[in-house]
Amino acid sequence: MSSSPVSPLHLAVALDGTGWHPASWREPVARPRELFTAGYWADLVAEAERGLLDFVTIEDGLGPQSSHFLDPDDRTDQVRGRLDAVLVASRVAPLTRHIGLVPTAVVTHSEPFHLSKAIATLDYVSTGRAGLRVQISARPTDAAHFGRRTIARIDDHHSPVVTDLFDEAADYVEVVRRLWDSWEDDAEIRDVATGRFIDRDKLHYIDFEGRHFSVKGPSITPRPPQGQPLVTALAHATVPYRLVARAADVGHVTPHDADQARAIVAEIRAEQEAAGRAAEPLHVFGDLVVFLDDDPAEAAARRDRLDTLAGEAYTSDARIFTGTPAQLADLLQEWGEAGLTGFRLRPAVAGHDLPALTRGLVPELQRRGAFRRSYEADTLRGLLGLTRPANRYAAA
Amino acid sequence: MSKPRKQIHLAAHFPGVNNTTVWSDPKAGSHIEFSSFAHFARTAERAKFDFLFLAEGLRLREQGGKIYDLDVVGRPDTFTVLAALAAVTDHLGLTGTINSTFNEPYEVARQFASLDHLSGGRAAWNVVTSWDAFTGENFRRGGFLPQDERYSRAKEFLATTTELFDSWQGDEILADQATGTFLRDAKAGAFVHEGRHFDIHGRFNVPRGPQGRPVIFQAGDSEEGREFAASSADAIFSRYAQLETGQAFYTDVKSRLAKYGRRSDDLLILPAATFVLGDTDAEAAEIAKDVRRRQVSGATALKHLEFVWNRDLSAYDPEGPLPDVDPLVSEEHISRGRAQVRMYRDPVAVAREWRELAQANNWSIRDLVIETGNRQNFVGTPQTVADTIDDYVQADASDGFILVPHITPTGLDEFADKVVPLLQEKGVFRTEYEGTTLRDHLGLAHPDAKAAERAAS
Repeated sequence: MSSSPVSPLHLAVALDGTGWHPASWREPVARPRELFTAGYWADLVAEAERGLLDFVTIEDGLGPQSSHFLDPDDRTDQVRGRLDAVLVASRVAPLTRHIGLVPTAVVTHSEPFHLSKAIATLDYVSTGRAGLRVQISARPTDAAHFGRRTIARIDDHHSPVVTDLFDEAADYVEVVRRLWDSWEDDAEIRDVATGRFIDRDKLHYIDFEGRHFSVKGPSITPRPPQGQPLVTALAHATVPYRLVARAADVGHVTPHDADQARAIVAEIRAEQEAAGRAAEPLHVFGDLVVFLDDDPAEAAARRDRLDTLAGEAYTSDARIFTGTPAQLADLLQEWGEAGLTGFRLRPAVAGHDLPALTRGLVPELQRRGAFRRSYEADTLRGLLGLTRPANRYAAA
Repeated sequence: MSKPRKQIHLAAHFPGVNNTTVWSDPKAGSHIEFSSFAHFARTAERAKFDFLFLAEGLRLREQGGKIYDLDVVGRPDTFTVLAALAAVTDHLGLTGTINSTFNEPYEVARQFASLDHLSGGRAAWNVVTSWDAFTGENFRRGGFLPQDERYSRAKEFLATTTELFDSWQGDEILADQATGTFLRDAKAGAFVHEGRHFDIHGRFNVPRGPQGRPVIFQAGDSEEGREFAASSADAIFSRYAQLETGQAFYTDVKSRLAKYGRRSDDLLILPAATFVLGDTDAEAAEIAKDVRRRQVSGATALKHLEFVWNRDLSAYDPEGPLPDVDPLVSEEHISRGRAQVRMYRDPVAVAREWRELAQANNWSIRDLVIETGNRQNFVGTPQTVADTIDDYVQADASDGFILVPHITPTGLDEFADKVVPLLQEKGVFRTEYEGTTLRDHLGLAHPDAKAAERAAS
């Protein structure tokens, strides 16, 4: 790979339906009737790639969207229903060339063996641009969709149930990563002389035994192009920060100002040290919901208009930014100095705020020398300045 | 009056993990790079095929406790590669084999409904069952399923996914920006299933796909498998690509449909078939012979014999006579993760028969495996092959074929270029796609969730 420096600041965009504001689907640009078509997603990802963004994440869930954290609602005035995020990512992969594709997967109810080969395959179909955002589900209703386990109703995010789900998620990621490594890169030998297609000494049983499940391996899918596709996780508190520190390549966090950003980064770095991973690169990205317009009053008015349509003020776990691309660039640079290495921006209205990011924010950051002017690597890991990891099973 | 000529259905099986694939051929490419899948799918679509077919295996095969290394090993995830193929094709159906034992209905239903949306109505599911603890070691539940329950679980699995697909009728999404009504029905996707294998309830979160539900394939051949297909499948992926055995299977399975209130056209019989083309029939026969020898190396022949003998035969010369020891009959099998192992129900009798056959013909171990092994179905000039395929279909040996080339990924090119035009000239194969969905290509009705609901009420 070339030695050209990677972008000093990394940008991802979080795709979710017509946008993150619940009334976003009512905007003229929103295309809500096309939400379940490939063309809709292909257009969004093409726009993100046009802006040279590092990657897109695609939200997912094992139940309908809801205005309540733990339970479904009966609302008919918001977008309900979504396509499987891994399949959406794979569907758009052959139509794009550079941008990373990071679908969300709920690890609480799925099989690590299936997900490992799915993300490895996404890495093949995208030739090295796959990632995976792991998410837990504490919703009793999601558990009822599977009927394999019940999940006790939690009172708050510090419940032992949540801690247990995150521990399980850490085991899950470990299994997924071991399966990616279960084939050495040169395991396929096609040795006509001996008739051997593979060197079976270069395939490895992972023999994972954990508290929640055990998995034998090896994978049925050979090691993917990146070796280890990108693993990311969203985190709001110590327990999930620990998952990020132990298991992720990128953590998505939600500070509301630079001081909070500094504190969160410090906590994650400390957890990283405790997990014995201090030397490994780990990106910490700030998440922001964005309403972007050339006139700050216009952005604020747009937020008010959508809030009126929704019947309530929009709130989020992440800071909600309204303003101009230049104001957002100021904020990102300030938070960057606080230790964040990149940002995952959540467009309030995908059809409006995503092009505002790619055509407003990105040129502004480029003018400041803070963002790439062309894609400088062929793989997602490359874009993020991460090397291709050595295989843990390969003899040194 | 003669009956109208049947239209032939054709599909392509991406060659995978089996010893029919000649990976040692200089023309053989990658079995895992997406460019191979894209080339194969585009060729099938250029030839106006109905669909592309993917098999699956969820544990690497072993022989004598070691990973089997003589055949192609490694394949992508079915759903993920099919979704990507939807981006490089416009009409081709996308059929994936998904195991009902090591998956859960909610997740599989989400994946198929998503694939159907993302492909504009081209998704199909080959429902297979499994029970073995060997494969189960890769999954949370492990090898939990008693063998005699695999069809019971498969049937309930399929019924449950159908309930999930039908939990949306298809017209719930209004997305009326002016009035602010996104969903017509607040309860869209509501479902309750209480059964022996699955007890689940809640809200399915993928709206109804263009086909309503995916086309359903079934591949088993047991009595239970045939009934399962007759009651629930849209098509059967069978292994009877010869005239007489094909006709017998066809008659048997189609005769089972009436008791489920289904017509003969409601279930298509599509055997897997191989082909070898040449400029003359004699040349094709020579090439076919060469292909057979390359499919079965000496090492492969010995391993194949081990499936039956169930003991290590590595000390034997593959070019020599068959072992005079009898197969080891035991609960433990030298070969694991292979479908063929189950085919030999009485290995001692099979061994005796093979020894007699080899002695009578003066066959070595390798000759025996070649002669009794994978049958080559269509061998000849493009004209011979086109005529034979047409004859078989018109004689009700099948409704068409799923072709399995022995070279990846270009093994279909010659068939597309040379045989398909002859079938088109005969008027038995489409020259253009008439519809957009796989159900359109196969002449299958689009299931109507509302009709199902009316019938139930």
